[in-house]
Amino acid sequence: MSEAAVIDVQGLTKTFGSKLVVDHFDIVVPRGAIYGFLGPNGSGKTTTIRMLCGLLEPDAGAGTCLGFDVRRQAGEIKKQVGYMTQKFSLYEDLSIRENLDFVAQMYGVKNRKDRVRTALLDLGLADRAGQLAGTLSGGWKQRLALAACLIHDPQLLLLDEPTAGVDPKARRDFWDEIRRLSKAGVTVLVSTHYMDEAVQCDFITYIAYGKKLIDGPAAEIATMVGLTTWRAEGPDLAALEAELGGQAGVAQIARFGSTLHVSGTDATALETTVRRLEASGQHVWSLQPAGLEEAFIYLMAGAQDNFARDVP
Amino acid sequence: MSWFSLSRFFAVLRKEFIQMRRDRVTFAMMIGLPIVQLMLFGFAINSDPRHLPTLVEINDDGPLVRAVLAGMATSDYFDFIGTVHGPAAGDDALRRGTASFVVVIPADFERDVMRGRHPDLLIAADAADPAAVGGAAAALGGIVSVASAQTLTGPLASLAGSPAPFGIIVHRQYNPEGRTSTNIVPGLLAIILSMTMVMITAVAIVKERERGTMEMLISTPVKPLEVMLGKILPYVLVGYVQTTVFLLAAFVVFGVPFEGSFLAFFIGFNLFILGNLALGFLISTLARSQMQAMQLSFFTILPSILLSGFMFPFAGMPGWAQTLGSAVPATHFIRLVRKVMLKGADSADVAGQFGALAAIMVVFAVLAMLRYRQTLD
Repeated sequence: MSEAAVIDVQGLTKTFGSKLVVDHFDIVVPRGAIYGFLGPNGSGKTTTIRMLCGLLEPDAGAGTCLGFDVRRQAGEIKKQVGYMTQKFSLYEDLSIRENLDFVAQMYGVKNRKDRVRTALLDLGLADRAGQLAGTLSGGWKQRLALAACLIHDPQLLLLDEPTAGVDPKARRDFWDEIRRLSKAGVTVLVSTHYMDEAVQCDFITYIAYGKKLIDGPAAEIATMVGLTTWRAEGPDLAALEAELGGQAGVAQIARFGSTLHVSGTDATALETTVRRLEASGQHVWSLQPAGLEEAFIYLMAGAQDNFARDVP
Repeated sequence: MSWFSLSRFFAVLRKEFIQMRRDRVTFAMMIGLPIVQLMLFGFAINSDPRHLPTLVEINDDGPLVRAVLAGMATSDYFDFIGTVHGPAAGDDALRRGTASFVVVIPADFERDVMRGRHPDLLIAADAADPAAVGGAAAALGGIVSVASAQTLTGPLASLAGSPAPFGIIVHRQYNPEGRTSTNIVPGLLAIILSMTMVMITAVAIVKERERGTMEMLISTPVKPLEVMLGKILPYVLVGYVQTTVFLLAAFVVFGVPFEGSFLAFFIGFNLFILGNLALGFLISTLARSQMQAMQLSFFTILPSILLSGFMFPFAGMPGWAQTLGSAVPATHFIRLVRKVMLKGADSADVAGQFGALAAIMVVFAVLAMLRYRQTLD
């Protein structure tokens, strides 16, 4: 497709046994972009990422990653991709330095000793380089894993839920690093469940049950879904929620702290309903700007559960 | 009853059965192992082996000689596979393991019996495995007295009584004292190497997959052969260390001699180690967890112990079990080690074992290569 696309794949499909895990998935990732890969657990994100870096062979589909054929040139792709697995996959019984050194050797990094030393300094772990990786806390393991997959200066980073189970401070630092890399021209495909991370992406694709539901610039996704959301504040939200169910224009009701978000695609019908309830004076109603979370919950509810049916 | 809740107990019990059923390998092992053991112990293993290959060196002929040989043949213990001329040919057959016994009928045997000179019938036995030939040697006395009673009739009947008109000298070669340790210790080397090599390799590879480090490893440009060799070679060294320690201990503690060629031993031992490592690698492609890898390894070690001639004489097993045993690398390595260490064999004497070990190794290696995937599929 476009000259600038780092990943350009169409019709990617994978079945395990009789389970259709990824179903004709298309993705185009422009160079230097931060591309958010969202979707519920088990939606096929990990499988897709594994197919992109040659760890799994697609059953169908074709395309290129860094200009190389995803089906036949996995070896070339691997050289320029940094892949961070969902589960910590460095050697827990090797030290921090030994792990970095090992990975650097796997990629044939030149000036390996210097590169590892720099990485240790960047990590802030130079004085603990001899510590076993297994003894690090979750946040540090994540930083080490990122350092390891950057050691060969890859052009493309595939990050599979890199911030799962990591504290907010470490998460913020991590994203600062991602943005810095993106500015330096590295393309990043990152899967996540966090909405605050999703909004930091340039582009988003949302996948559920192996099928892509929507993709586009992060700022436009919520608008693209076409959801209007009203916020209600006031007493006894449970009763209000029960009352709203099935009313004209109401497609989705979600609790956000002490408020209720009521969404629907038919803005006029929804407004009529809201105005009628507002008249009772019990709750304070206000129009919400389009949000990603509501959009995704809405998309998800409409998606067909592939895992409930077997492949014919 | 607050100290024991039946429903909690049943919940644990039920959960355990569910997990047992889900773990196919363990389940298969639980059902399969007893059956395999039953078959092996019940049918294949015979500690009093029959049909031992026997050669005859005939320097005299007559009714008594024929009666003795016929008696031996009908006893089940001895299968006559041919005749030899001169002591060198007999010794050679014993050393190469083609015959377990060589019966030497001395010249003028019949005449000496008639004249009451009490000649000796010489039986050279391969006593490297004392258990294998013990039963047969013990049966000789009975066979001989029956034969002489049948032949020495009429005027010669007086000779037939006891003591027998001729003696039998069983010459136990290669292990003159009939010590079990002399035979067991070299065999043990094969078992120890099988156990550690197969198990360590299988577990080391499965561990990578179980811990998730394999995913990181194969996401790098590393090639399958690099992973294979890099993971296997350290264990070859472990095998070298084990063997060196073992040989020293065998010599110092048990006084087991090392008569033959070191080169022959070295070649055979490397082939054996590589075969076992390839088997370990093959197992690692089948097992999903370290536990399963351990169980599968143990499963493959059983035949190495039971069918290889290590614990029970190979010749005592029925044909099908011998065929099965021939597919086990330990069978050939044990033969090789016994020949080299006890019988002073050189490379030419054990060429057959080299061939068998190499063939088995190639088969395992090819199967492992075919099954090994550089993906997570």
